[in-house]
Amino acid sequence: MTQILIDLVTDYTLRTVALGSAALGLVSGALGCFAVLRRQSLLGDAISHAALPGIVLAFLLTGSKTPLVLVLGAALAGWAAALLVMLVVKTTRIKPDAALGLVLSTFFGFGLLLMSIAQRSAGAAQAGLDRFLFGQAASLVGSDLVTMAVLGGVVLILLLVLWKELKLLAFDPDFLVALGLPVRSLDVLLTTLLVVAIVIGLQTVGVVLMSAMLIAPAAAARQWTDRLGRMVLLAGLFGALSGLCGAVLSSIVPHLPTGPTIVLCVTTLTVVSLLGAPHRGLIAVWLRQQRGRRRLQRDAVLADLYHLAAQHAQPDRAPHSARVLRAMGTPAGLNRTLAHLTGEGLVRRTSDGRWRLTLAGVAAGRRLVTEGPTPADREDRS
Amino acid sequence: MTDAHSPHGPDDLPRSGNQQGSIDAVDAVTAPAVEVTDLTVAYGERPVLWDIDLALPAGQLMAILGPNGAGKTTLIKAILGLVTPVAGQILIHGQPYAQQRRLVGYVPQRGSVDWDFPTTVLDVVTMGLYGTLGWLRRPGRREKVQAEAALAKVGMSAFANRQISQLSGGQQQRVFLARALVQDARIYFMDEPFQGVDAKTERAIVALLKELRSQGRTVIVVHHDLQTVPEYFDWAMLLNIRRIACGPVAEVFNDENLRLTYGGRVEFLQRKSQPQPAPPERDEPPVGHYGGHIQP
Repeated sequence: MTQILIDLVTDYTLRTVALGSAALGLVSGALGCFAVLRRQSLLGDAISHAALPGIVLAFLLTGSKTPLVLVLGAALAGWAAALLVMLVVKTTRIKPDAALGLVLSTFFGFGLLLMSIAQRSAGAAQAGLDRFLFGQAASLVGSDLVTMAVLGGVVLILLLVLWKELKLLAFDPDFLVALGLPVRSLDVLLTTLLVVAIVIGLQTVGVVLMSAMLIAPAAAARQWTDRLGRMVLLAGLFGALSGLCGAVLSSIVPHLPTGPTIVLCVTTLTVVSLLGAPHRGLIAVWLRQQRGRRRLQRDAVLADLYHLAAQHAQPDRAPHSARVLRAMGTPAGLNRTLAHLTGEGLVRRTSDGRWRLTLAGVAAGRRLVTEGPTPADREDRS
Repeated sequence: MTDAHSPHGPDDLPRSGNQQGSIDAVDAVTAPAVEVTDLTVAYGERPVLWDIDLALPAGQLMAILGPNGAGKTTLIKAILGLVTPVAGQILIHGQPYAQQRRLVGYVPQRGSVDWDFPTTVLDVVTMGLYGTLGWLRRPGRREKVQAEAALAKVGMSAFANRQISQLSGGQQQRVFLARALVQDARIYFMDEPFQGVDAKTERAIVALLKELRSQGRTVIVVHHDLQTVPEYFDWAMLLNIRRIACGPVAEVFNDENLRLTYGGRVEFLQRKSQPQPAPPERDEPPVGHYGGHIQP
């Protein structure tokens, strides 16, 4: 364990890969929140797949494989794809999901085609372009890091500067227009930020898996908070953490590819969040439902017992058998409910195996019948 | 002309604190609050609004009425620039809308946003101030105070820090109203603010509308419940793709116009305690020959 920490600082390759992966996770996690909240999760997928022809074209045209050139090609192609999707949705009757699928597969297919052309015509010079398919973090070098840091920094700064406008764009774009703010420009800007967030991750994670880096951290973060600011921060942290973990894991375990490992890390985080988050988590929701069910069952049995006891002169001296309660349509789990009521001191079992209300039970039953069922605990979230 | 329809006098308008300078006092008195000329909107080849004219004096509460698909929401959206018209001109207090945006407040349909969005009630209300706040500036203490005041006005103070997904339909509507209130607009457009709210919220909203009017503001409301029109509104526009009628409720809200607007379906004309005694014509037979006026 300590060896890994030492390696993280001293080993140039591991350090570069870990830093790059964390940076890509941070930026894509933060931007992904907006994509997810605007129900544009798949736009990220289309953009990343569409980046492939841009990368290969950039190489074919310039003959250069410097990160900035390839990233620029990727960004232009991704951007064109995003605009094309919007255009198709606006001008035709094709639905958004179909438009996304159409643009994604067309661009990606074109990218694969260009790649085989590059392999034939450019020979050895093109070696390494295919790393953009599934990503190859080990190929990251210092200059890549600088490119990622600068582009990612610009994206995050713009996100902060235009925070309130972009928040409103995600929540209620019509109101944004009514306020007189330029919705189209902001939309294009946010899409551009998304494109940049995507292209800086392509070398590490690859075009095929990149959309997971947008969607998964956002989905995970949404589980833990009800504030946009905290959600974006958390998603960035989740993304960065996954990047770091993926990089470290793939350096320890031989032949473990970094990109897919990062994606598996982030999906693990997401699954844990979907299940275990305190309020929105599936387990918490299930427990709440169970608690509510039991409370209502308890109230129903208590009310039934009270109705029976109220017929007698001394309600707390009027035992009834469980069979009577069943006949009154008491829900499942009667024995457990009676045991629970006994624990509360509201019900006592008589020596002949029947059940009677205690004095406290009579009072509670009367309250229940006159005031209605016990309210659920107020669960104020903040 | 304008004065005649404005019982509260136009004099308090220029002093209402939300002037944008571009309006001189003369305009505020003479020009209608909203003036729409020859407005036509089409989705594809199908016209959804045809040749609409409207001149609404300031300080009026106006209902836009019409059957489903009549273009009520589209009319509001066209005025606000949310849909692009094929033709037509829109003036707000005598100036093109683009120059008058700050005078206009908007309450969209409640269902138009995702109420599971991660934000709080106070934050949503503060969004009404984003327009005047300007770029780069973040809402601060002043904005918070304004938003809290608006929340108090709609009786939602206790919910300021609540996540918006925890609100009921009526509460959501109140939040949207509060967001419009902080806009401090002179003209409000509200899209079905009474839709799906309980009786208590409806009364609260009506009281709010009347208060806005008493401050000399103009409110245009897409409305569905014909029974309440004479009670709630001063003006009415009856719309079904074309403008059937538009004017003071006492003049235009009658059986003839309603028939023209809604076709044969006039069974809701059970007006009991109305200013103008309506003839008892509940069992009006469907009037087929009016159907020609009405596009489906």
